[in-house]
Amino acid sequence: MLEVKGLCKSFGGVAAVNTVDLSVDEGQIVSLIGPNGAGKTTTFAMVAGFVAPDAGSVTFEKQNITGFKPHRICDRGVVRTFQVTQPFATLSTLENIMVGAYHRTANRQAAEERARAVAEQVGMKALLDQAAEGLTVAGRKRLELARALATGPKLLLLDEVMAGLNPTEIDEIVTVIKGIRDSGVTIFLIEHVMKAVMNLSDFAYVLNDGVLIAAGTPTKIASDSNVIEAYLGHGAAERMTGEVAAGA
Amino acid sequence: MSLLKSRTGILVMIGIIVSLFVPVFVANKFYIDILSLILFSAFLGQSWNILGGYAGQFSFGGVIFFGTGAYASSILLTTFGIDPWIGIFAAIAAGALAGLFIGFISFRYGLRGSYFALITLAFSEVFRVIANSVEFTGGGVGIFIEHAPGIKNLQFTDPAGYYYMALVMVIISLAIAFWLERSRFGAYLIAIRENEDAAEALGVNAFRCKIYAIMITGAMGGAAGTFYAQKYLYIDPPIAYSIGMSVEMLLVTIVGGMGTVFGPLIGSFVLHTVNEVARHFIDTPGLSLIVYGVILVAIIGFLPNGLIGLFKSQKKQTGGKSDA
Amino acid sequence: MLAMNISMMPAAVLNGLMFGAIYALVALGLTLIYGVLHIINFAHGAMLMLALYATFYLFKFAGIDPYLALIIVIPGSYIFGYALYRWGIGKLSHGKDQNILLITLGLSIIFENAAQFFFTADQQTISLSYSYDSFDLGFVYLSYPKVISFVASLVICLMLWWLMATTDLGKAIRAVAKERQGARLVGINVENIYAITYGIGIACLGAAGCLLLPSFYVDPYTGNIFVIVAFTIVVLGGMGSIVGALVGGFIIGITESLGGLFLGESLGQIGISLIFILILVFRPTGLFGAKQ
Ligand SMILES: Nc1ncnc2c1ncn2[C@@H]1O[C@H](COP(=O)(O)OP(=O)(O)OP(=O)(O)O)[C@@H](O)[C@H]1O
Ligand SMILES: [Mg+2]
Repeated sequence: MLEVKGLCKSFGGVAAVNTVDLSVDEGQIVSLIGPNGAGKTTTFAMVAGFVAPDAGSVTFEKQNITGFKPHRICDRGVVRTFQVTQPFATLSTLENIMVGAYHRTANRQAAEERARAVAEQVGMKALLDQAAEGLTVAGRKRLELARALATGPKLLLLDEVMAGLNPTEIDEIVTVIKGIRDSGVTIFLIEHVMKAVMNLSDFAYVLNDGVLIAAGTPTKIASDSNVIEAYLGHGAAERMTGEVAAGA
Repeated sequence: MSLLKSRTGILVMIGIIVSLFVPVFVANKFYIDILSLILFSAFLGQSWNILGGYAGQFSFGGVIFFGTGAYASSILLTTFGIDPWIGIFAAIAAGALAGLFIGFISFRYGLRGSYFALITLAFSEVFRVIANSVEFTGGGVGIFIEHAPGIKNLQFTDPAGYYYMALVMVIISLAIAFWLERSRFGAYLIAIRENEDAAEALGVNAFRCKIYAIMITGAMGGAAGTFYAQKYLYIDPPIAYSIGMSVEMLLVTIVGGMGTVFGPLIGSFVLHTVNEVARHFIDTPGLSLIVYGVILVAIIGFLPNGLIGLFKSQKKQTGGKSDA
Repeated sequence: MLAMNISMMPAAVLNGLMFGAIYALVALGLTLIYGVLHIINFAHGAMLMLALYATFYLFKFAGIDPYLALIIVIPGSYIFGYALYRWGIGKLSHGKDQNILLITLGLSIIFENAAQFFFTADQQTISLSYSYDSFDLGFVYLSYPKVISFVASLVICLMLWWLMATTDLGKAIRAVAKERQGARLVGINVENIYAITYGIGIACLGAAGCLLLPSFYVDPYTGNIFVIVAFTIVVLGGMGSIVGALVGGFIIGITESLGGLFLGESLGQIGISLIFILILVFRPTGLFGAKQ
């Protein structure tokens, strides 16, 4: 469904993303992991049209979307969330989600209904009338997810929607994400929370210093020596298998 | 909610009906004249409000559209003998076109915030100098419109005529703002104001929305230009492109409440009333403007939502504390 | 006609250079405030006007020579700017850029109209015993006031550069400009640095006021003439760049004087606004700015 080929981007001479190839198949949950500064967010930003790649191509459903403006990419059905949440601060949760919902309908009533349904789906029903600037971190992360979902995407790009959440909140959002996938939306996510990655993903890519160093099923990745070397450091392999066991 | 809505609706209906009869009961033409001025200023404020208050693009050159509209209908009238009823539509088109032009240049290159404010200010200077230098605007001499009262010429001997004309314009402007608040387009403008990147991610074509917004602003400004030209029967570059009027538009809106339907009207009413009262006591040039400046600073410092913030429900403040 | 204009070019360029130095000084204050506080001081023109009046009244009532007045007006402006930011702008803006733009707009309205109220709208000039003495360079006469203001502007720019580059205060200011959170963490009082920077920016205007008055005039709206010019210089030179302000000042001074020569007064003015628009659109980082 999504094909990325030879994607490159450097900032001031430093390669943030270096010749990255990856693909996401319809109906799957695919993860992109890697240490801080590996270039994950930059990859997402290029896919979603926020950063123009220096080289390479992004193809979605067999159509080249490289260099399209974000709103056109959203029209195609690809929507990103922001790692640093970007709420419409003075608007209520409902109004925030409605902006996304309007992508499917110009009718106010229909947009509101849609927004309420999405809020229900991500568990924000109780927060509908609250101003977005007053939400907790968990609330803001959910709001990012809800707004994106309300646009009715085919592919959701979720950038660390679990960062800063406590274990209960993470469990909740994992369930929500699974539900979204089951409703037919393909998911590509960036995550540091290993337990969730192991638990959720059908496939995972590992990025380090802008370069893809591994790809495969989560279990395969967990035992990949490259990954352990470059990314996880000493003793992490055991920790990770431990987490897999716990998550299963 | 629906109660509130209908209450607002009833209040608006009462307001309109009362306004309709004001000239019947107010004998003093001086007050009618001031009321027309308040309405005119509220209308201009509303035009600024669409782009500045809803879409969050602060312009310091709102007068451009006003001046361009005033010239459009005045030139059509004096050079081609086309009466202002048609002229006002030409003015609306000219204002919208000026908006398209400035919007295209500014937004294409991603100018935001203070940069947008400054570039619009520079544009208003450019327009003024051009109007001063070319022939068809009458150059520095300006354009005199023949005094020929009559509905056909949009000229009235009774101030009530202008009052009603301004009233109709304000009602239309309120309807536009009201429509914005309930429509997808309005929601998109607000989203752009709050966070342009996020809006883009959700499929909002920010460039196009901003262009539409500045064109609406421009169209309204153009109409105001015709009104002014037909009322004062004279227009020249310093009037048409005065920085003072650009400031007044944003002033009434900010004082009343940006991004609200009634903000510009409330702001205009309060500021002009304060002005008249101040003038009544001390009639020294400059004083009323000092008061305006103080009010602007005070509103931003202490009432960031404008005067309307005093009446609005506390909905937006009820959220729990942010821990981010 | 054209031939005559061309023969007048060297003189026009030189005059532009002289005036450009004062422009540079005005722009210097603006660019410094922008570079550190990241705000646009819309009241810049109005404050220059206040400085001009200060100089004017010092001359009129105390007989103080405008160049001597530098030692009073510069510190006075500094204190005024510092206090205004510390207890006014900084507090009222709630840290939002657009609020600062609007508050400084409000201040400029207040200052201009207060000036009209107290000083009347009449244009004021001063005449010094040496106002009309001049250096004869063969192809052009340069009046003493212009030469003095040129030299003094350069000296002040140099001093400012020295202050920023070598002193501890300069270091602190640069630290805040670059990384306000980081500066806070190492114990710099950021609010204080902001106010100091604002004060220095206004002090530049004080200097410009003293240097400008002998060859110019003052009325409540003089400042407006300089607003767009100063912004143009600042964006031309790159927001926040001291060298940029200096070079930009010269470029604009010369452009304006040549524009006046070849296009006439009225169209000459348009040049500045057009340059401003073009730079904003095509090269918003200016000639010397790194990145926005
Ligand atoms: N706009 C930018 N300008 C300059 N450098 C940037 C920019 N965006 C990202 N970078 C740099 O590119 C590199 C990759 O950043 P990116 O945000 O993509 O990493 P990441 O994998 O998402 O990291 P994290 O896990 O911390 O979110 C980093 O070194 C970052 O500093
Ligand atoms: Mg990231």
